[in-house]
Amino acid sequence: MTGDIAELGQYIGVGLTAFGMGFAALGVGNVAGNFLAGALRNPSAAAGQTATLFIGMAFAEALGIFSFLVALLLMFAV
Amino acid sequence: MATATGGGLEFHPMDQFVVRPLFGDGAVAWYTPTNVTLWLFLTALAAIAVLVLGTRGRAIVPNRAQSVAELAYGLVYKMIEDISGKDGLRYFPYVLTLFMFIVFANLLGLVPMAFTVTSHIAVTGILAMAVFLGVTIIGFVKNGAHFLDLFWIRSAPLAVRPILAVIEVISYFVRPLSLSIRLAGNMIAGHAVIKVFAGFAAIAAVAPVAIVAVVGMYAFEVLVAFVQAYVFTILTCVYLKDALHPSH
Repeated sequence: MTGDIAELGQYIGVGLTAFGMGFAALGVGNVAGNFLAGALRNPSAAAGQTATLFIGMAFAEALGIFSFLVALLLMFAV
Repeated sequence: MATATGGGLEFHPMDQFVVRPLFGDGAVAWYTPTNVTLWLFLTALAAIAVLVLGTRGRAIVPNRAQSVAELAYGLVYKMIEDISGKDGLRYFPYVLTLFMFIVFANLLGLVPMAFTVTSHIAVTGILAMAVFLGVTIIGFVKNGAHFLDLFWIRSAPLAVRPILAVIEVISYFVRPLSLSIRLAGNMIAGHAVIKVFAGFAAIAAVAPVAIVAVVGMYAFEVLVAFVQAYVFTILTCVYLKDALHPSH
């Protein structure tokens, strides 16, 4: 076992950011699932809402990407 | 760069994002032609090839290149018309340029041994800041002080408006950050994951699984390359709509 306590904390922090990405995955799945549920009830209205679907997915995904960025900063910039 | 330590990876998954001079191994100054320069140039060239050379024939029955160019044109045109409205169509050339540039940068980055220019926040940050500044200027030029209605929501009760204003201002200024980091983060993450699986392929026991995973991830990345360009463009259209019609 070598290395200092700061490095240990750094790696633990990087591991914890995986939670952020996991929860972002739940969010994106929620968006897609609800879109599908709505689209199957009213298929004729679904085509006009694909743009909204992608915007919603992008917003949900952005927060997971932020946690990925924190992981990258911890690994390579700190 | 990072060599193996104790039977680890032969290469570092992040090595593919290192900016190197194109000729020799000198220091990188602002004028040095680097691999980023090369791939930015190839991206612009590919977009021009599809849009200009592809549609040069102007055939009634389009060939393949012309079909792709017409599809891209139609997709972006309809996107702006649906989201920003008819008056957003004035900015169609810029939005189409943006879409074609990002989609080709992403797709060319997937070519083996290629460099992904959109994986650098320096590149995506400039694209996002151009959109952000452009949209802000358009908003103030078109609406004057009424552009600030975007932050002061008149349909909400008066007591809630200051709180909403703070939230709206924060969400307005986080736009360039989220635009650039979303694109760069998606590209970095996807390419790094492919490289990590490629590293596992060196271990005989898991090699078949790793190779299948690389193929699967690659296919997924082709989808992501398109979707991220689409998302960037669609968010540009949404911001444009806010600038043109801030009150609703």
